[in-house]
Amino acid sequence: MNNPDSVEMENQNSQKQSDICLEVNNLKLFYSEKEALHGINMSVPRHKVTAFIGPSGCGKSTLLRCFNRMNDLVDDVRIEGGITIEGKDIYDKSVNVADLRRRVGMVFQKPNPFPKSIYENVAYGLRIQGVNNRRRLDEAVESALKSAALWEEVKDRLEDSAFGLSGGQQQRLVIARAIAIEPEVLLLDEPASALDPISTLKIEELIYELKDRYTILIVTHNMQQAARVSDKTAFLYMGDLIEFDDTNKIFTNPKKKKTEDYITGRYG
Amino acid sequence: MVVGLIGLIAIRGLGIYWPSVIHQIDVQKIDGSSEVLIGEIYDSEIVSRGRLEGAGIKLEGDEQFFDRTLYKVGNREIYGVDFKWVLNNKIKSEVYPQDIVVFERREWGNLYGFIENVKENNVIQPVTDVWGDFQSRVERALDLHDEIKVIEKDEIGRINAALERLRLSAKKLELNGSLTPEKIIEIEAGTAAQNKLYEGLQGRLAALYAEIKRDQVVVKVASGQSVDISISEIVRTWMPNKMGVFEKIGFYITSAWLFVSDEPREANTEGGIFPAIFGTVMMVIIMSIIVTPFGIIAAIYLKEYASQGFITRTIRIAVNNLAGVPSIVYGVFGLGFFVYFLGGNIDQLFFPAALPAPTFGTPGILWASLTLAILTLPVVIVATEEGLSRVPKNIREGSLALGATKWETLWKTVLPMASPAMMTGLILAVARAAGEVAPLMLVGVVKLAPSLPLDMTFPYLHLDRKFMHLGFHIYDVGFQSPNIEAARPLVYATAFLLVVVIIFLNLAAISVRNRLREKFKDDDN
Repeated sequence: MNNPDSVEMENQNSQKQSDICLEVNNLKLFYSEKEALHGINMSVPRHKVTAFIGPSGCGKSTLLRCFNRMNDLVDDVRIEGGITIEGKDIYDKSVNVADLRRRVGMVFQKPNPFPKSIYENVAYGLRIQGVNNRRRLDEAVESALKSAALWEEVKDRLEDSAFGLSGGQQQRLVIARAIAIEPEVLLLDEPASALDPISTLKIEELIYELKDRYTILIVTHNMQQAARVSDKTAFLYMGDLIEFDDTNKIFTNPKKKKTEDYITGRYG
Repeated sequence: MVVGLIGLIAIRGLGIYWPSVIHQIDVQKIDGSSEVLIGEIYDSEIVSRGRLEGAGIKLEGDEQFFDRTLYKVGNREIYGVDFKWVLNNKIKSEVYPQDIVVFERREWGNLYGFIENVKENNVIQPVTDVWGDFQSRVERALDLHDEIKVIEKDEIGRINAALERLRLSAKKLELNGSLTPEKIIEIEAGTAAQNKLYEGLQGRLAALYAEIKRDQVVVKVASGQSVDISISEIVRTWMPNKMGVFEKIGFYITSAWLFVSDEPREANTEGGIFPAIFGTVMMVIIMSIIVTPFGIIAAIYLKEYASQGFITRTIRIAVNNLAGVPSIVYGVFGLGFFVYFLGGNIDQLFFPAALPAPTFGTPGILWASLTLAILTLPVVIVATEEGLSRVPKNIREGSLALGATKWETLWKTVLPMASPAMMTGLILAVARAAGEVAPLMLVGVVKLAPSLPLDMTFPYLHLDRKFMHLGFHIYDVGFQSPNIEAARPLVYATAFLLVVVIIFLNLAAISVRNRLREKFKDDDN
């Protein structure tokens, strides 16, 4: 048991300087007095897919929402410890939250397109940044929709309302919207849980395509999905990070008893 | 019930311009002699014997109840009253002569009678087609009347405005202490020029007045006597007993149009109500322009920015309570705060030359609109807050996650989605404001406004002017009128119009809201 562990530690150390994108240092999160995350430590590699799994209420979504400071919007949330992205502490006072969120895009569980046209949905982030040049917008919208594998389906009706799309299309539209502003990190909070199997498959293919360009963090309930799409998997339980390792190791040879119990379906 | 009520008002209000048949009746009087009356049936009722006997009327037979009919007999300057109750059993004969003419006049109400002949400068004109000749003379008089009105209202009004400006500039210079002799000469020269213009106009007016008084028409009224009526007094004439259905419809449409497009006459009991419609709509529009930004900004602050603590809760309760304050209290507040305090200070600061005559320190359309804006503010705030809280959280998060700031999220996503709710608030505000009368009586509504708040003299929009309002018009015509019987249908007609105006304003707002709702429909709802 000790041997692979130390090998892994060495691996991580050698990766550290070049390939680590995100680092979480003893992160604690409190909802008023209740501690929801108990000191999480992890290093997330660049341009890889990292999956967070765990039973409901284990804190995986809460953790994900720490990376773009979405938890700031919730009243009475207090955070201790820190997260660095490319070496910079995102909870530092000098950090502009809006800038941070431009660098760390997020896609939510339920598709949430704006009540605007498909085009305007994708262009939204760019317009926020003050881009109004029609040609630049056109190019960005097209490339984002192509990246999200939606272009062929919607290219003839860009001016139609986004609400006319199916759920799966809407979710891919939301992903296109997030990648249109070219973030460094993409957070996906159960992106396929509200979708049918075919749409889910498309989203998974998309995640696979996107990982060349983005560091992707995905929260999922579906362990098969985590196994299919991710390179690394973190198992959280009751606000603790139980285990964090390469996906195939977690699913084939988990080190901790709790992880094994969970992935073999004994609880959760 | 609402439909029924509107229906009742509509029937009674819309009926008044239908040219009804003119009856010529022969009535037995108390002393046994008979009297001829000409008029249209206005009302009828059943009265008890006791009541009639109490009024000193001798009755034969032993019936306990009698039908009686109210005739509008017009000719007020001749009979003293223009309505008469007649017991149906006293009517000896009833005919409908074809050539009875109804004269609508600028004074004294309607006149009913037969045209005998036409006079020019008190000399009877020997013409064969009396009616045709008479019509052309009426036409001519109306044209002259219009011309006189243009001179009196527009041209003399312009001179008066210029004179007032000169007077004020002199006063201003005097107050500044910079009234040099040259300036005095300059101003006096200006005044003299305007006065000269005025004298020229006076000369033209005198000539026009002489012209318009040229013709008279001799009318034989019911009692058989002939009266001379100056044609300059006549607004319209018609012969209802000769009219076919289509003529009546045409007449009805013209009358209704005159009612909504004309100015009131004879202490508001005759003529149209255009200034009141205009004033109502204008006030509501100004009010909307004021209340919308204030209400929405307040709601956004309360909902999105204020920390939801004790103070915010107190403010919210206060806002809700504001909706329950009796409207007259707003009127008193408006008078005290807006008119006397704000208006008085504005006068001190910007219009010192006009003092002691107030410019803004007197009730006017601006203050009325502001008062109603406060009155309707709670409605807009509550509706907007409601709308803001209905915007789904995931839409806000979606926007924030794209790097939008809170304000950008509000401006680009949340506010458009909440706009139907804001429109709902505005609709409610408009509905409330348009029907409100009590506070307006204190802050700007008058019985008769000499000029509209919007006209062709600089600065075009006169926010300091008093205005007329349909609601107040109803009160005034219905309860303050010297001739209640004549005014009664006007009350119905005005009430109907007020309802129509409110419905129209509401429909406009509702259509805007529905369009917005369609645009920002959330697929979940």
